[in-house]
Amino acid sequence: MGNFTIENVTVSYEKTEIIHQLSFEINKGKITTLIGPNGCGKSTMIKAIARLLPIKAGTIVLDGQKIQQYPTKELAKELAILPQSSTTPEGISVSELVSYGRFPYQKGFGSLTAEDKAKITWAIEETNLTEFAEQEVDKLSGGQKQRAFIAMALAQDTDILILDEPTTYLDMAHQLEILLLLQKLNQEEGRTILMALHDLNHAARFSDTMLAMKSGQLIALGSPQEMMTKEILAQTFEIDAEILLAPNKEYPICLSYELLEKE
Amino acid sequence: MKNKQKRFIFLLLVGFVGLLTALTLSVVIGAADISFQTVIAAIFSYDATENTHQIIRNIRIPRVIGACIVGASLSVSGALMQSVTQNPLADSGLLGLNAGAAFMMTISMSFFPSLPYIGIVSFCFLGAGLSALLIYLISTFNQKNAFPLKLILVGSAVTVFLSSVSQIIALMKNVGQDIAFWYVGGTANITWLQLKWLMPMTGVGLLGAIYLARSVFLLSLGEETAKGLGQNVPLVRMATMIVVILLTGISVAIVGPISFLGLMVPHMMRKLIGADDRLVIPLSALYGGLIVVLADFGGRMLNPPFETPFGAIIAVIGIPFFLYLTRKGGAAK
Repeated sequence: MGNFTIENVTVSYEKTEIIHQLSFEINKGKITTLIGPNGCGKSTMIKAIARLLPIKAGTIVLDGQKIQQYPTKELAKELAILPQSSTTPEGISVSELVSYGRFPYQKGFGSLTAEDKAKITWAIEETNLTEFAEQEVDKLSGGQKQRAFIAMALAQDTDILILDEPTTYLDMAHQLEILLLLQKLNQEEGRTILMALHDLNHAARFSDTMLAMKSGQLIALGSPQEMMTKEILAQTFEIDAEILLAPNKEYPICLSYELLEKE
Repeated sequence: MKNKQKRFIFLLLVGFVGLLTALTLSVVIGAADISFQTVIAAIFSYDATENTHQIIRNIRIPRVIGACIVGASLSVSGALMQSVTQNPLADSGLLGLNAGAAFMMTISMSFFPSLPYIGIVSFCFLGAGLSALLIYLISTFNQKNAFPLKLILVGSAVTVFLSSVSQIIALMKNVGQDIAFWYVGGTANITWLQLKWLMPMTGVGLLGAIYLARSVFLLSLGEETAKGLGQNVPLVRMATMIVVILLTGISVAIVGPISFLGLMVPHMMRKLIGADDRLVIPLSALYGGLIVVLADFGGRMLNPPFETPFGAIIAVIGIPFFLYLTRKGGAAK
């Protein structure tokens, strides 16, 4: 049930090695967030875990079985991935888009079963899109559009959700809305969530485990309290950060930061 | 989704009624004056010694079926290509598949003049496949990301190259007239013998397209999204290409390289029903067939007994309508 073990994984794009022998574990029922500077390999790691990219060496094991050995559609029943960018064709309604989340369960010419329809309705409700169900996705706001794609991933009915920077291009309120939705899915339904985020404060607020990467290597891994330290952030982002515990909350926040002087 | 389904069923019904009407008109009305009763008699109590029965049975009916096949095949192959390549400009004309099929047809007429019909058709498939392969190789060998625009550029280049080579061979082998006759004749010289091959092949092609519709649309959302939902992307690409080659080859074998239809019809359908290929592909088949049957009928009626090529009729009436729809933008609510 959603325990991921990543061992000595190396991933390359053509001849350039992006990820170098990375090992870590993702616990089921938790929210794990990858942080790191642009080009550090977060996206690549996420794609490798979702098997969108082949790995060059090492193993990725889900529930005791290597992900390479899963039949394609079986893996799609275990984990759903929301890539950073998806094309939205014109004139597709939210419910049509979400219905494609049932793809791994469909066979032949098959139309939607009662179960498919129930999952689609549920996914649309869960993402608060019921009143938009018949509207066209390309005419929705950025936040609603992102929720529609999350609904498609939910309709896939997997224990694991993987999201590559789900809050990019959204304003502050919509970013929070997406993260609260993910938190709800995690807390109420025990879904395992793995995502990459740029905003450290969001990562610290919503994650059980944070994972800092740089140049394709793991810098550190731990709870937000362990990770939001001057040292780790300096090492990861080359910034000098001021960290506080959020007033009346349990999570650390990065109050302000300066670039580190280069020696 | 319910509104969409109602809309889809409505459009299907309208299309069917339209197609039936167009088919009936095309069979009943023509250069020779034949009464409706005679048409009925020709269908249900055929008398081979009656000249009018011959015309209905062996000229008009095969012709409208042929027109239907061409329209449905080109429209569906256009819809498939646009989704799979994520390129709104893709169609068998612009990507050079028509030219490839026509090229191989020239080869077959030049070097194997006594080939049976199915042989010529096979050459057309081979030609469409050759173009597809050529375009695939050229546009993926270098960079990956320039794909959409590059695909069209390479397709245009392949079209010009293959058409030129075809012309040279046709002139050298002195078969230019045969080929021109074949193309100009268009739907007019279709025989039952040809249809006996073409109808089942079209059936297979169209069923294949409907089967692939869901996967093809998923691919149009992006390769990563498709993979993430458990799609075997290379397999879908390959299967789609085979269906496209089949449908394109059939059309070229009947009427030669017709452009724009494959571009126009799927886009019209998307304006009416949205981009979901599960709906777009069946509607494209239906309305593509309807449009070509009507255009072919119009071509016969415009200046009888001379025939205006249906491609010209489609261009003159279809393109302004297409441009109007494009300008209007977005599917109706």
